[in-house]
Amino acid sequence: MSAPARPRRPGEDPPAVRIALTALALVFLAVLVLVPAAAVVVEALKDGAGLFWKALRDPDALAAVRLTLLVAAIAVPLNAAFGLAAAWSVTRFRFPGKSVLVSLIDLPFGVSPVISGMVTVLLFGAQGWFGPWLSDHGVKVVFAVPGIVLATVFVTFPFVARELIPFMEAQGTEEEEAALVLGAGGWQIFRSVTLPNVKWSLLYGVVLCNARAMGEFGAVSVVSGHIRGVTNTIPLQVEILYGEYQFRAAFAVASLLFVLALVTLVAKKSLEWRQHLARREGARRSPA
Amino acid sequence: MTTAAVPVPRAPRAGWSPGVLPGFGLSTGFTVLYLSVVVLVPLSTLALRSSALSWEEAWRIVASPRALASYRLSFGASLAAAGVNVVFGVLVAWVLARYRFPGRSLVDAVVDLPFALPTAVSGIALTAVYAPNGWIGRHLAPLGVKAAFSPLGVGIALTFIGLPFVIRTVQPVLEDLDAELEEAAAVLGAGRWQTFLHVLVPILLPAALTGFALAFARALGEYGSVVFISGNMPLRTEISPLLVMTRLEQYDYAGAAAIAVVLLGASFLILLGVNRLQAWARVRTGRA
Repeated sequence: MSAPARPRRPGEDPPAVRIALTALALVFLAVLVLVPAAAVVVEALKDGAGLFWKALRDPDALAAVRLTLLVAAIAVPLNAAFGLAAAWSVTRFRFPGKSVLVSLIDLPFGVSPVISGMVTVLLFGAQGWFGPWLSDHGVKVVFAVPGIVLATVFVTFPFVARELIPFMEAQGTEEEEAALVLGAGGWQIFRSVTLPNVKWSLLYGVVLCNARAMGEFGAVSVVSGHIRGVTNTIPLQVEILYGEYQFRAAFAVASLLFVLALVTLVAKKSLEWRQHLARREGARRSPA
Repeated sequence: MTTAAVPVPRAPRAGWSPGVLPGFGLSTGFTVLYLSVVVLVPLSTLALRSSALSWEEAWRIVASPRALASYRLSFGASLAAAGVNVVFGVLVAWVLARYRFPGRSLVDAVVDLPFALPTAVSGIALTAVYAPNGWIGRHLAPLGVKAAFSPLGVGIALTFIGLPFVIRTVQPVLEDLDAELEEAAAVLGAGRWQTFLHVLVPILLPAALTGFALAFARALGEYGSVVFISGNMPLRTEISPLLVMTRLEQYDYAGAAAIAVVLLGASFLILLGVNRLQAWARVRTGRA
């Protein structure tokens, strides 16, 4: 005997609707996102693992990996330091022009990557403002590593600040003020109170910032000059190989970035979970 | 001029409340300096560079047939992609927020893939899938549908990169929604469809529009995921950011800057609209 059907709550959809809508949503996501994602892996391994490893061990590919790591190692800490300073300034003090400052921080998100790279060329290129002076002093920025770093810093500028500002705003200043009353100095408060409190939020911003720094294509493409083994980051190496119809190699190198994306997603999810737990813990500690 | 050296305790000026915590000068100073050096000064070169042109010259570049064709494609495909994302984004957000099914959290993670995947990888993956011999393209070709290397391909790439925006703005609103509202509508005799139309749509509208505008702004400037699938034929499948890139490669900096200013102006107008929308949504839903 079958159990009588549970009466539906008024806000619930009938099973048929539920199944149909779920199926439609899943098909949409599969066609648009999952199929291309699977294609990266399949195309990379199509002609066997031997060719795959060979493409990854190519000296130019290795140079691209090294450059990408170097660029991220410079850009991410810079923007993390900026994010902490900006969040401290904007959430701990009130001053005129604050809301303008906050909107200006988001500015790079509204700029096309091509334009982000272009402003570096306009400043430091051969015809740029500082170009002639720089070339007189033997410094090369555009079509060299410094330009790639500058363009990446520009593109990844808002990530950490954007995570920290709402988080520190919500957290308030009580704990820091308590530390101040207890006689702690500024840096001490920052190190022992603020930093432990915001660490997951900071790490979340750093993960997103790093993903973009390593994967940026448009901005870097403008300033790099595509010199093999010298100014090619991983995404640019992918482009070059693809343009030469070396599809296997292009997808093999691209699969490195695909793995980076997966690691980023896993880190993002687990950090969201941690923040969720921390918030619940906080709610339990302070009976409001 | 005499300056009295009497240590008068400064009365806090209106709007100025540096608060008791230390580090206002250091953090705000660093924030403003870093913002200026990394973002504001570089962006201002764009305006200065394009102002080197006379009005007639600027107009000739900005309104040339090739530039006009690129705006038509960029704006048209971005609008279409954002439109598709509103419909399917609300659907996916609904399914994720309302239904429980196996693998739901995995599907939720997949939604972020277009953010996490570097654009160059998305570009070659989408091209591989939608090319005439690709997994999906080969089924479209017999129907006379050319996906890759056509405006349709541009639209597909822009739909892909805009996918998370609508979902991630609508989903939290749906999750926070009070079930009582729908139950009240049901008790008052509204059908499910009527409830959706008259209760849910007005609540979701601001979030959906915000997601639409964010996806639109992102699509306008997008470069990496489009250049592989579009085929880049001038007047037919050349997007505006690519035209900027082409002008730069020809060392036509003023011409590149003029088109860049048009693009930048458009995305700032959209983001300004987003700010207004969010303010409207706050008033409407009464959420902070």
